[in-house]
Amino acid sequence: MELQFDDSALVRDYISGDERALEILINRHNQRITSFIYSKVLDRDATEDIFQDTFIKVIKTLKKGNYSEEGKFLPWVMRIAHNLIIDHFRKNKRLPKFEGGEDFNIFSVIGDDQLNVERQLIKDQIDTDLGMLIDELPDDQREVLIMRIYKDMSFKDISEATGVSINTALGRMRYALINLRKIIQKNKIVLTN
Amino acid sequence: MEQIYSSTPDSCKLVSASEESVRFLLDYSKSLSIVSSRGMTFESNLN
Repeated sequence: MELQFDDSALVRDYISGDERALEILINRHNQRITSFIYSKVLDRDATEDIFQDTFIKVIKTLKKGNYSEEGKFLPWVMRIAHNLIIDHFRKNKRLPKFEGGEDFNIFSVIGDDQLNVERQLIKDQIDTDLGMLIDELPDDQREVLIMRIYKDMSFKDISEATGVSINTALGRMRYALINLRKIIQKNKIVLTN
Repeated sequence: MEQIYSSTPDSCKLVSASEESVRFLLDYSKSLSIVSSRGMTFESNLN
């Protein structure tokens, strides 16, 4: 009874502009409210967030002069916390959260197949270097290699497009690759990603 | 003696909000100013 009276007196003091009264109220009920929130959400960070949001609502309501439950400060705050806990679970239901443990990491199952910026830069560099190496090949070999690798044409299509037999096209492709390897080895070029 | 089993033993743990959280709320309260005028309420935060 005495505690309730004290709460309502502190609320009155706070509304009148005594900021110290709020500090006493928060410290007095900190453990009870925080433990209540934690018992529902079982997450330390979420508990801190909900505790803060609860008191932000309390502060705004008191400063606006909308508080009317004299003598029932704690149950009122608990009700606000309870509503925010429900909001927390609703929000988490819409945005499912996966957390890895010691024996399970979510990133071992899902991954981003996009290259990161560094690897993309390296890939672009390799593509440019390779383009320059291909330019060094004899015309007939370069032509076949570009059609096969970059245009994804079949050897049948290449033979028709270049007017040579399939075997000749295959042979030019083979020599194109052999010559590329030779240029790479000769110039000690490293192409890796 | 009867044993009490709980799937979430942490749910009855006593915890308190951090000092930083409390400090933030007190600073927020000091900085918040609410003014009513002609039936409208204006909130301002003086940081």
